[in-house]
Amino acid sequence: MSDLKITIDGRETTVPAGATILEAAKTVGVHIPTLCHLDLHDTKMVNQAASCRICVVEVDGRRNLAPACATPVTDGMVVNTRSVKVLNARKVVLELLLSDHPKDCLVCEKSGKCELQDVAVKFGVREIKIGKDGAQSTYPVDESKAIVRDMDKCIMCRRCETMCNKVQTVGALSGINRGFNAVVSTAFEVDLEDSVCTHCGQCVAVCPTGALCEKEHAWDVVKHLADKDKVVVVQTAPAVRAALGEEFGMEAGTLVTGKMVAALRSLGFDYVFDTDFAADVTIMEEGAELVDRISRFKAGDTSVSLPILTSCCPAWVNFIESQFPDLLNIPSTARSPQQMFGAIAKNYFAEKYNIPREKMVVVSIMPCLAKKYEASRPEFNNDVDISISTRELAHLIKRANIDFNNLPEEDFDNPLGESTGASVIFGTTGGVIEAATRTAYEVITGETLGKVDFEELRGFEGVRSATIKVGDMDLNIGIAHGLGNARELLEEIRGGNPRNFHAIEIMACPGGCIGGGGQPYHHGDTEILKKRQAAIYTEDRNKTIRKSHENPFVKELYANYYEKPMSHKAHSQLHTHYEEKDRV
Amino acid sequence: MSCESCKNELANELYAQLAKFIDELPEKRGALISVLHKAQSIFGYLPREVQIFVGKKLGVPVSQVYGVVSFYSFFTMIPKGKYPISVCLGTACYVRGADKVLDVFKRELGIEVGQTTADGKFSLDALRCVGACGLAPVVLVGEKVYGRIGTAEEVKKIIAEYQE
Repeated sequence: MSDLKITIDGRETTVPAGATILEAAKTVGVHIPTLCHLDLHDTKMVNQAASCRICVVEVDGRRNLAPACATPVTDGMVVNTRSVKVLNARKVVLELLLSDHPKDCLVCEKSGKCELQDVAVKFGVREIKIGKDGAQSTYPVDESKAIVRDMDKCIMCRRCETMCNKVQTVGALSGINRGFNAVVSTAFEVDLEDSVCTHCGQCVAVCPTGALCEKEHAWDVVKHLADKDKVVVVQTAPAVRAALGEEFGMEAGTLVTGKMVAALRSLGFDYVFDTDFAADVTIMEEGAELVDRISRFKAGDTSVSLPILTSCCPAWVNFIESQFPDLLNIPSTARSPQQMFGAIAKNYFAEKYNIPREKMVVVSIMPCLAKKYEASRPEFNNDVDISISTRELAHLIKRANIDFNNLPEEDFDNPLGESTGASVIFGTTGGVIEAATRTAYEVITGETLGKVDFEELRGFEGVRSATIKVGDMDLNIGIAHGLGNARELLEEIRGGNPRNFHAIEIMACPGGCIGGGGQPYHHGDTEILKKRQAAIYTEDRNKTIRKSHENPFVKELYANYYEKPMSHKAHSQLHTHYEEKDRV
Repeated sequence: MSCESCKNELANELYAQLAKFIDELPEKRGALISVLHKAQSIFGYLPREVQIFVGKKLGVPVSQVYGVVSFYSFFTMIPKGKYPISVCLGTACYVRGADKVLDVFKRELGIEVGQTTADGKFSLDALRCVGACGLAPVVLVGEKVYGRIGTAEEVKKIIAEYQE
C-alpha cells in the first residue's frame, strides 16, 4: 500500500498505511502525551486499549476527538494536537483520572518514575476540581514475596494485563467487575501467591503508576549492615552492572562494575562477592548434566530426557511448575546462580572462614523480582536471606550519601568474586547456553576452542535456534526469552520435539535479565535493553578468562570441597527438584 | 440424594454434559460466553470449580473466565435457592411501589439482592419488566407469577406458601 499524507499541527508528512496518528506525530517532532499506550516493538507488546483518553486530538471533519494512539492515519488527514478543545478535554481527562487516584505521591514507591505524575507535571495541574469530596475506589493491598498490588492507584490502562496475557501468556491478571468496581485482578481475586503468577515482574516494569510495585527489602539490609554481630555477604547478578548506572543519570549501556563494587564496600558489606562466580559453578553443574545426558543418549539410552532446559530463571521455573507440570523431568536440576551462591557461601565459605551460619547474612542484588520469591522457597533453607533489586540498590546508595558517579573502580573480593566472561553473559538472552556450550564443547571434544564467541546464539529474536558442531555431533540449541516465546518452544517439545533440540535456554523476561522486572524502568524504550545487552558482551570480551571451567577459584572449590560436578555433596547443595503447582 | 457418592455421581454427570457441549463446539475460540451460559444452565450457578473446568477445557486463563463471570450480572457464583424469587423493578412496577415490596422480601428473608438464604430455600433477585405491567407490582417465584403485591402481609403469605 502507498504512503498516506497527513498534516499535524500545520506540518505535513507522509507515513506508511496502518500508522497511527501518534506514530505520525512523532515523525514531525510532536509528542502527544500517552498513559495507557505502550509499544515495545521487539517484544510483541502493544497495548492499545485507548482507555485513558489522554492522547485525544482533533481531526478535521470528525465530530468527536480521536485517540491518537489507536486511530489509523487516513490520506489527507488534518490533525490538531493542541487546539483549545483538545487541551480542555485532556485537562478534564487528567482531572478525572486524578480524582480517583490517591494523593500520596510523596510516599509512593513510583514517585519520580510515575507516568501519571509526569503528565500532571507536564500539564501544570494546580487543582483537582472534579470529585473533591467524592468517594475513592478502594481495594485491599495484595503483597506477595515479590510484588505489591495497590489497585487504588490503578488507572485501568491494562498494560499489565496485556503483558501478563499477550507477552508472557501467564494469564494471572484480568480485568474483572464492572463500572466503578472494575479492577485488574487475579481469578477469584486470590492473592498473587495463590495465582499462576510467576513473579516475573514484567507487570511492574510496565505499570505507569504505583499500582504495581516491588516488595522492598532495602531497609532490612540496612539493619543487618548496622548489626556488628553479623557478617553480611553480598552477591551481584550479571545484569545489574549493565543497568545500575542509569539510576545515576548515566547513558544506558554504561558498565559500572567497579563503581558498584566500591559502592557496596562503602555501604559496609563485609564481603563483596559476585553472582557471576556462582554462574561459573552453574555451568560446571548444568554443563556436566548436559554432557551426561548427551553421552547416555548417544550410547543408546532411550530413557534420557532431552532437551535439557536451563533452570537459572526463577520466573521460568514458576511457569513450568504451574503450566507444564508434565515436562518437569526435562529442566536441569541445577539451582540458579543466586541459590548456588547462597549454598556455597553458607557452606564452603562459612566453613573455610569459620563464620557460624547463623551469623552470616547473604544479600543478593538482582535485576529480578522473582528472585525474591525464589529466595523464600522453603527448599532453599534461607541460603539467601534477602534479595533486593537493581532499583533498590540505587536507592540504598543514594540514601547513604555516596557520590556514585565519582567513585573509584574497585575489584570484587575473593574467593567468591572471581568470574569469567562466560558467567557475565548469563545476563542476556542466549548467554547461559553460550556459556554452557563453551564448556561442553571442550569437555566433549577434549579440544580447546579457537573462538569462544558463538554469534549464532546471540540476538534479540524471541525464539532462536542454532546448530553447533561439537566433535562428530550436531548440537541443536533452542533459545526463548519472554514466557510467551517459552510457551511456543514448550508446546513444540510436548508435541515430540520435531526439531530435535538437545538443549534449550529459557529466560522469562524480554531480553533476559537485562530486561528484568527489578531493573531501572525503561518506560517503553527497548533500545535501552539493546544497549544493556551490548554492555554485557563488552564485559565478556574484556575478561581474560572466558570459559567457566577455567575459573581458578571454581577449580579450587571443586578440588577442595565438591570433588567434582554432580558429586553427592554438589547434588545436595547445588541442585534442586521441581513440583507441580496447581494454581488459578 | 443424601449420600456423598450419589452427589459425586451427579456432579460427574453434569461435568460430562458440559464437556460434551464444549467438545462439540465447531470453534473453541470466542466461545467463552456461550460455554458459561451453558454451564450455568447445567449447574444453576458458576462455582470456582466449574470456572476452572471451563478455563482448562477452552485453554483460557481462569482469571479471564472470572473476568467475564464477574462482568455480566447474568452470571452468578452463588447457587440459586430452591425457590428463586424475582421482584420486577420495571417502570410500571416501580411506580406502584415494587421497591418497597423488595424491601419486605429482604427483611423477611434476611438476605440482599443476589443472595440465597442459608437453608438454600430462597434466593432473591431484581429484574426489569416481565411484560405483565397490568399486574404491577409483579413478583415471580420460579415460573409462577404473583400480581398486585402491595402489602407486607401479601409478601409474607407468598413466602409462607413455600415453607413446608
